[in-house]
Formats: sequence, C-alpha cells, structure tokens
Amino acid sequence: MDKFTIPTMAEMAAKGEEPEILFWVGCAGSFDERAQKITRDICKILHHVGIKYAVLGTEESCTGDPAKRAGNEFLFQMQAMTNIQILDGYNIKKIVTGCPHCFNTIKNEYPGLGGNYDVIHHSQLIQQLIDEGKLRAEGGESFKGKKITFHDPCYLGRGNGVYEAPRKALEILDAELVEMKRCKSNGLCCGAGGAQMFKEPEKGVKDINIERIDEALALEPAIIASGCPFCMTMLSDGVKNYNKEQEVKVLDIAEITARANGL
Amino acid sequence: MIAQTLFLLIVIAAVALFTINVRKIIRNINLGRPENRSDRPAERLITMLKVAFGQTKMVKRPVAAILHFFVYAGFIIINLEVLEIIIDGLFGTHRIFSSFLGGGYNFLIGSFEVLAVLVLVGVIAFFARRNFLKLKRFSGTEMTKWPRSDANNILIIEMLLMTAFLIMNSAEYAFIKTHGSVAYASLYGHDPAGTFGSISPTLSSLFSGFSASSLFYIERYAWWFHIIGILAFLNYLPYSKHFHIILAFPNTYYSKLQPKGEFTDMQSVTNEVKAMLDPSYIPLPVAEGSRFGAKDVQDLTWKNLMEAYTCTECGRCTSVCPANITGKLLSPRKIMMDTRDRMEEVGRNIDKHGKDHTDGKALLDDYISREEIWACTTCNACTEACPVNIDPLAIIMELRRFSVMEEAQAPASLNAMLSNVENNGAPWKYSPADRFNWATNN
Repeated sequence: MDKFTIPTMAEMAAKGEEPEILFWVGCAGSFDERAQKITRDICKILHHVGIKYAVLGTEESCTGDPAKRAGNEFLFQMQAMTNIQILDGYNIKKIVTGCPHCFNTIKNEYPGLGGNYDVIHHSQLIQQLIDEGKLRAEGGESFKGKKITFHDPCYLGRGNGVYEAPRKALEILDAELVEMKRCKSNGLCCGAGGAQMFKEPEKGVKDINIERIDEALALEPAIIASGCPFCMTMLSDGVKNYNKEQEVKVLDIAEITARANGL
Repeated sequence: MIAQTLFLLIVIAAVALFTINVRKIIRNINLGRPENRSDRPAERLITMLKVAFGQTKMVKRPVAAILHFFVYAGFIIINLEVLEIIIDGLFGTHRIFSSFLGGGYNFLIGSFEVLAVLVLVGVIAFFARRNFLKLKRFSGTEMTKWPRSDANNILIIEMLLMTAFLIMNSAEYAFIKTHGSVAYASLYGHDPAGTFGSISPTLSSLFSGFSASSLFYIERYAWWFHIIGILAFLNYLPYSKHFHIILAFPNTYYSKLQPKGEFTDMQSVTNEVKAMLDPSYIPLPVAEGSRFGAKDVQDLTWKNLMEAYTCTECGRCTSVCPANITGKLLSPRKIMMDTRDRMEEVGRNIDKHGKDHTDGKALLDDYISREEIWACTTCNACTEACPVNIDPLAIIMELRRFSVMEEAQAPASLNAMLSNVENNGAPWKYSPADRFNWATNN
C-alpha cells in the first residue's frame, strides 16, 4: 500500500476534481481484517488500470442493508437518505461496490428514496476491464490448472442475476473451473444473508456454512472463490472447521485478479 | 327429457356453488392491503405466458416436469371434450362435434384418448411417488393429515375421471363393432355417430362377450360419472391446493418484476423519515390506521394472499431453503399454508360474526412462530424455485417488520447490530472515525 495513496472524495472535491467512479467500500471492507485485504486489492486493480477513482473514507456509512433485512425500515431509510445526501453532494454518478449487499441496496433500493446511480459490483468491473483488454492475467501468480470453484453470493446471483461476471474473471486464469451442483440460480446461501451474519443461527441439525462447505470440499478444490465479504467469513469458517486451511484457500475474485497480475 | 332436465339442474347447482366459493376466495384475497401490480402489462403478459402456460420453471426437475406436463396438457385439451359433453347433456344430442367436424372428429377423440392415457401415467406415477417413494419433499411438519389426503384425493379423482372417459369411449366402440347400428339405435334411440378413438379400439377387447344392454349401461354410466365427476372436482378446487390450476395464471401475471434482491420500500416510513430530516416536507398520503409490517393476514397485501391460495404445496421452496435443509423450523411452504389457513379462518369468522369480529388470534405467533421468521437468510432460493412465482420471503419480511418496528422484538444480537448501525454507521461496534484505517494499516 506504500506504492500509492487512496484518494478520498473530500480531497478530490477540494481540488475541484471528480472521479470516474466511486469505490463504495462497505462496512465489512472497512473494518473486517480479512475483508480489508480484498478492499486493498480492489484499489490495487483500480490503480493498476489507471481509473480515476475515490472512496468516501470516514464519510461512508452503512447502506442500511442489514437493518432493512432485519425489518427495521426506519433505520434503513435514515441510513439511505443520509448516504444519498453525501453521494449527491459530491455529484456521484457511478459506483463500484466491494460487497453484493451494498451493491443490491444502492442499486435497487436507493432509487425509491431519490438516489439514482449507475452501480456495479467489483466482479462486473473486473469483467468490463477484461472485455476492454485493460486487464489480463499476467505478471503474477499462475493459477494454471488449479481447481477453482465459485460460490455465488445470493445478492449478486439470484438477487441481481449476475452469474457470468465473476466466472469471466476466473476463466482468463487458465485454471480448472468446477461447479458445485448447487450453483448459479440454484446456489446455496452461505448462511450470512438476511442479517444472519450478526446473530446466532436458530436451532437445527447443522450450520448452513458447513452444509455449503461440504459441497465445495467434495470437489477437492484448491481455491473456493467468492465475491462477498460475508460469504468469505462463512466459507473460511467452514474450511477451518475441517482444518483444511492449508489445502483449500477461500479467496475473493478481486484477490485472485490482483494476484494473477502481481499487484 | 328427464335426463336433460336433471343434467341442467346438476350443471346449474355446480356452477352456482363454485361461484359462491370463488367469490369467498376473492373476498378473502381482498382483505389484504392494496398494492399496484398493474404496471408494465406487456412484461407481465410475457411472464405469465412463459411461467404459467410454458411451465418454464417446472423444468428444474425434469422428470416431474414431463409428468406434470402430461397432466397439464390433458387438463387444458380434454376440456374441449367437456364442452361437447355439456352440449350433448343439455340438448340431448350425442357426440355433437362429430356432425360438423367430419374426419377431424376421429383425430380429436383419438388425441384426447392419448392424452387421457398420458394423464393416467402422470397421476399414477405421482401417486406412487407420494405414497411409496417417501420423498422428503412430501413430508415435513406442515404436511399434516389434510394436505396429504388432499394430494391423494386429487390424484385419485383424476385417475377415476380419465378411466371413466376411456371406458365410455371403448364401451361405445365395442357396442358398435359387436352389436351393430340397429341394436345401437334401438337402445340409444338414435343412430351411432360412428366409431372413434385411438386407444378405445384396443381397450374395447376388454368388453368382448358383453351384451348390448351391458355395454349401453356401462357407456351411459361412465358418461354420467365423467361429467358429474368433473363438476364435483370443480367444486373441490376452492377447498384444495389444486386451486393452483386457476390461480397460477393471474398469480404469475402479477409477479414481482423487480430484481429479487430488491425489497419493497415502505412509503409510510419514508414520510416519517423525511419529516424528521426536513421539517418543511409534506408527507404523501398513506392508508390510515395501518401498522408497520404484518401481524395478521389483513396487514399483508392482496398479492401475498393470492399467493397463499395459489400454492399447491409442492415443496420445491422448502427443499432448497438453506434453513430448512439444515434442520431449522422454517419452511417457506409452511409460511404459505399458514397464511392460507389463517385467511380462511378470518373469512369464516366474517361469515359467522360479521366484518368487525376479532378472534384474538393472528398469523404471527398463532400460526407462524418468531423462530421461523428469524431463521430466514433472505437468499431467495424459495422464490427462484417456485414454479408459479410465489414469494414467501415477502411475507417473512412483513412479519419481521412488525416484530421490529411495532414491538421492538428482535433477537438480542440483532438489536445490538441495529444500535451499532444507528450509533456507529456500521453493524459492528467500531468508531466511524476508524472507518478509513484500512488504507493505512497494511
């Protein structure tokens, strides 16, 4: 991170400049240690391809997604309207998020409250950069022949129909891509959605992340890829549960892309 | 003439009873809150054509999809035959369509018979699957005595109806082939229209050696059994999960068209929040007296309630629900069945005690428990799996909203999360001032 500094909106506005795209980091990406690595890798990718971007830094706040899914519409709308004021204050038009929950909320639920932006998830940004030829998989770690399976985050896949973008990012690696039986529109939740991330599960016979990791591990992958900080936590915990952290890595699409390019 | 009058009375009674029951269902659906689902009509029509007519979501389970398609195609196409039977019954004619369809009539009846056999194959397979294969999808806590017998009733009635149809045709075929037109005319009082069918020539061998009068009575009995059976089945529908054969069409037409991840916004909340943030804000009108979220069926929208009547309890939702798979109490199918049961209870109360009667019960707690609603991951697997676009998640969310906003009752850890969002702008207890630390503490 010493190679470049992360530009904030406040600094940019002070210089009278506007970014091409705002990177919405999200709470997990800001505070969760594991997710912070993904955040930095997204910045590295943005920096690498030379996109003029900025983050809100301390001006960013929770989108309100967990409050809304937990049934607290008041709190959600308070968060949303405050965020919209800030975004509109900086005249933001285009946003990339590091989290499918932030992506879904800003893209789908902010317009009804007056916040209209062109919102993409970071896997879509990576796909666009690959399509435009600005991003390849070269100069870094080789994933050639490695067995990778992709876990669809619910709010990216079923929630918004984004199935191909993250797979596109994996296809250029020349790796061996394997699909779980429950993939794409039939994908199984990691167990964190709907504010489950922040509570203990109800009584049952098994944890959802274990059910999911059983399915992933049955494929004997070297890497389980995902695109969501909450899936990351749930899947990593699942792998740890079987003491398989050495053999199986859980990585975000952004981390894999950054590594493949030696960023 | 007696037969015609009797037939007319039976048809009138069947249609009248059906109308009364359907009106009750419409009344019950209208207990729900208003919601506009009439925008984007072209898109809605396409959704209905694809999902309901084209059964595109059934194919996720190919074997069930093919068998179901047999029954579905049979149901739609054999209805043409019912039209003929009704005309014949009312006017004392016999096989009226044959008089103006000519050679096409044989093709028509031949096709119906093939379909009838396919329907039989489908329903027998379904019956065996339900009763002998013991699929997990057909058990579960909500599959109590009535839902199980309802499913079997439907399959048995369909078996009987199709059998009666085939017996009716093959008995007549056997009559004409063995006893000839003269014997036919003397028993029936008119000449035969001809011999028809694709399956009945083979089936008619079952009746070899039967006397003319036996065949006459078998055919007539099967004819009456078939049509009375269909009218009875029609009147069974409003009490049954089988009502999906009607509601699948409007239900898919009024589907949610937004991305699955987008949850409804609450205008009533927007008014209050905007007024808090901006004192000069003039609130938009909202329905009076409504509570936040849903405690009972009247707090849900008419669409939520229509979906409860549309559910045919196939359990595809529950079989893909991550909470249910891992042994939690939540079952999306149960959410729909409970909503319907409660709605029918409220409807019966209105019939008995008038509109303002309250029985002190509610959908939340008396039917659906808190444990169920809090086990949902909002992953949308249930809505994706439903072949008729039912949205159990929408009901779960309304119950959560009531629980949190009207009662302040959420699991303790969620309350902690909510207060963190409120005070720190993040679901965890971190200071907002530290939010940008990730950029420096590498």
